[in-house]
Amino acid sequence: MSLGILYVNLGLLGKRKKERIFPPKLELVKIGKGVGALPEILSVSQVTLQIKRLLENEQALQQVWVSGEISNFTLHSSGHMYFTLKDEASRLRAVMFRRENQWLKFRPYDGLEVVVCGRIGVYPKNGEYQLYVDLMEAAGMGSLYLAFEQLKERLAQEGLFAPERKKPLPRLPRKIGVITSPTGAAVRDIIKILRRRHARVDILVIPAQVQGDTAPASLVAALQAAGSLRDLDLVIIGRGGGSAEELWAFNDEGVARAIAACPHPVISAVGHETDFTIADLVADLRAPTPSGAAELSVPEINELRNQIKLYADNLHALFSRVCAQKRAQSDRLSFHPALQHPDRLILTRRQQVDEGKEELVRQMKVALQERRKDLQQKMEQLDMLSPLAVLNRGYSICFRDTDGKLVREAAEVDHGDVLRITFRRGQLRTKVEEVKKDVTTWAKK
Amino acid sequence: MGEKITEKTFEEALARLEFIIGELEKGELNLDESLKLFEEGIGLARHCNAKLDEAQGRVELLLGTEDGVAKTTPFQPEEE
Repeated sequence: MSLGILYVNLGLLGKRKKERIFPPKLELVKIGKGVGALPEILSVSQVTLQIKRLLENEQALQQVWVSGEISNFTLHSSGHMYFTLKDEASRLRAVMFRRENQWLKFRPYDGLEVVVCGRIGVYPKNGEYQLYVDLMEAAGMGSLYLAFEQLKERLAQEGLFAPERKKPLPRLPRKIGVITSPTGAAVRDIIKILRRRHARVDILVIPAQVQGDTAPASLVAALQAAGSLRDLDLVIIGRGGGSAEELWAFNDEGVARAIAACPHPVISAVGHETDFTIADLVADLRAPTPSGAAELSVPEINELRNQIKLYADNLHALFSRVCAQKRAQSDRLSFHPALQHPDRLILTRRQQVDEGKEELVRQMKVALQERRKDLQQKMEQLDMLSPLAVLNRGYSICFRDTDGKLVREAAEVDHGDVLRITFRRGQLRTKVEEVKKDVTTWAKK
Repeated sequence: MGEKITEKTFEEALARLEFIIGELEKGELNLDESLKLFEEGIGLARHCNAKLDEAQGRVELLLGTEDGVAKTTPFQPEEE
């Protein structure tokens, strides 16, 4: 682009001797041969200076309003802003120095449509013309709105609005700091309502400017003073209604940070119900108006007294109930049948014993019967094996009478011995008449 | 529990009082415990009332601070 400009301007400069400038190469050859009048030879700096003068003397370009879209925006570490303004057909280099851009409420960015005011100048070092911007306004939504949105987003990302940062408000503050103009309507409203709700709350008015260029610094100083006072329980910061510009100090970043840094809980109360400021977002509680802040900050003292009285009554009632319950419990126990008729308890036990005894006898009988049956069987078995059974079959048994020894063989007795012979029924005593020792059995005799 | 009632802030005292009422409402405590809580509760209610009377109702304007101490003057807002 700078090259194009150079051509155009060379064209302007070379009106007199156009043919000597185009083509430059041909011109040089002519000079070299020393033909004709000696041409005026300009250094690059001289040409550039001429261009600079030409452009910068053009009144129409020395205060020009330009609308366009920002591109290639860079914020240099020096604080200067460099960017290009463009539309569908053209581009214009632009710079906004720190001295000017420090008043910008929003931060420009690529793609933002702006209207700027400035002057066209030439930067000799690059051979570039550019727009030196003095003022910039965001087109469309408006600069204030844009600044508000940008600061809001930045602080939100830092977490300054996070619910977990919010400090709980004391239920019964003893001393409240009120940061506002001491001459405004807000301070009057706040004091009036605080008094009405809680006649004895202490109020410390911390004076601050609430509009104008110095308001942010004044509000920050007041917040710091409030923070340094240990005996404050709560801080209200605010002002009455006004235009967006008048409320602007409450959208200041420094004020927002001072609110966040305040060790006391802070209620914001800026303008009317519909006004929303950055201070509202960072405060621990947003009140719709200064009067609203006063109402939110202290309880209706009489309500609170009533509540405490209610609690005390409740306590008495509950304790009476507990006493009644315990009495009923102890009554119930003392009328328990076990305590009233201890003999019944014994009777019951006795009955149980009796029942147990009967059962025992019954069981015993059964057991005995079984044993008896068993014995019978055993006796029958025994009977089968008994020598008496042999006698039943017709045999008899012979004992020597002298010593009772069982006689198994004839040789065991002698002639004249007395024997006892036992039959199935009855016995005989008999004397031996003859002994036949060699006879084995009677049957074979 | 350990700290004295008079050392409690208003919020703490009120919260404790609410807690005690809740405990008594449950009706699960024995008589000794109930009596103890009842006595504490009455003390707390008294303390809460005293706290309500504690502030003095002063309105002051801050002139400046020095080492966390406020320099003030009585303040009367301008009438409308």
